[in-house]
Amino acid sequence: MELLFNTQELIDSINIFLTNLCWNYNIPSWILTVVIMAVVAGIVAGFVAVNTMMLVLAERKIAAHMQDRLGPMRVGFHGILQTVADAIKLVLKENIMPKVADKTMFFLAPIIVFAPAMMAYVILPWSPGIIVSDLNLGVLYLLAVGSIGVIGIIMAGWSSGNKYSLLGGMRSAAQVVSYEVSMVLSILGVIMLTGSLKMGELVNAQKDIWYICYQPLGFLLYLMAATAECNRAPFDMPEAESELVAGFHTEYGGIKFAMFFLAEYANIFAVSAVCTTLFLGGWQGIPGLPITLPPIVWFLIKTYAIVFIFMWFRWTYPRVRVDQLMTFGWKLLVPLGFINILITGLVMVIK
Amino acid sequence: MPEDYLWVALFLGVGVVFVAGGFIANWVARPSHPSDRKSSTYECGELPIGTSWIQFNVRYYLFALIFVIFDVEVVFLFPWAVVFNQLGLFAFVEMVIFIAILAIGLIYAWRKGILKWV
Repeated sequence: MELLFNTQELIDSINIFLTNLCWNYNIPSWILTVVIMAVVAGIVAGFVAVNTMMLVLAERKIAAHMQDRLGPMRVGFHGILQTVADAIKLVLKENIMPKVADKTMFFLAPIIVFAPAMMAYVILPWSPGIIVSDLNLGVLYLLAVGSIGVIGIIMAGWSSGNKYSLLGGMRSAAQVVSYEVSMVLSILGVIMLTGSLKMGELVNAQKDIWYICYQPLGFLLYLMAATAECNRAPFDMPEAESELVAGFHTEYGGIKFAMFFLAEYANIFAVSAVCTTLFLGGWQGIPGLPITLPPIVWFLIKTYAIVFIFMWFRWTYPRVRVDQLMTFGWKLLVPLGFINILITGLVMVIK
Repeated sequence: MPEDYLWVALFLGVGVVFVAGGFIANWVARPSHPSDRKSSTYECGELPIGTSWIQFNVRYYLFALIFVIFDVEVVFLFPWAVVFNQLGLFAFVEMVIFIAILAIGLIYAWRKGILKWV
């Protein structure tokens, strides 16, 4: 229990233990590195899979209760095994590919969408010391990786040989690149305050006061841009059901569709975790509140709260039109992002 | 530092292997009853007319161009933001001028109607 609070010590002692083990039994150190990497990769991949199942169920339940329904109730107690059943069903589905599809691209698209979503997990700071790798490029790396996924979406849309898919893919590209700019601008304020791109340092800098207090505008901009980046309602133009069937994944079924779904929820979690780290103090508790919880619990509480807000958006707001989406991004969020940077700079210079 | 980026490569691998694992499981478990109808393109029950690689709006291209400009600008802003604490007023004024030039560009695009989606 003590160790849950002091995770830095836990990680250090595991490291020392393993190094000693290798020393005593004459195991070459590269074997140790490979084993550690395999274990970490397994844990994170497992987390992504289980977390997606939980989030899908949570989304369906939240949606249901917001609309005065019950949601899935049949599989397991109150439907808790529903997504497990869905996953098994998707794995057992026949592989259907349109005749006119570009086969290689059609096959590669889910991989290119999912791999960047996975790569974002490298820099999520769960708890002191528990971070896969605290890259010195941190936030910039995250933004770089986050925008690779759109290539996969264009590939999916283009290779399906379906007019809806093509339009969905193109819209998605236009949307993601537009909101990318406002997302970066909203983050810059935090970077200016901290003077570092490392996730660990960003969290430590918020020991006394969370950045949401200094950067309320930045927080709101980030939240809106992140919703659009994840193609979530009200900005889910790429898969607007009422006009484009399912957008870029109209022709995808079975396991390939499941991979797009996994990537979407993995992205939502990653984006929320980054929001927690940048604006809500990461793994640290609320300053001045006499509640002691393990850091990882704080981190998860805050992250799931943000995830809940995303779900709340989805079931509250109607979808915007594509021209409104672009206008909103370029004529409101981008100028506001610039203003946010200028105000932050001005205040810092005056101080 | 290089070993930090080994993790990035590892996670890229994990992402690919994860998807590949799913595909392999599906390949083992799936039934296969192909038919002509099944592999036709979905278009709300109608037979599709022509190929799907149709002309699309030139707006997408314009937005992509503006995006490139602003993304390159962000590459300049990031290093500035990281060291802003130590640079003080001079750096701030310089960046105000830089952002002002960009803002003029944005206003120009706006006035020219590039940001209008038709």
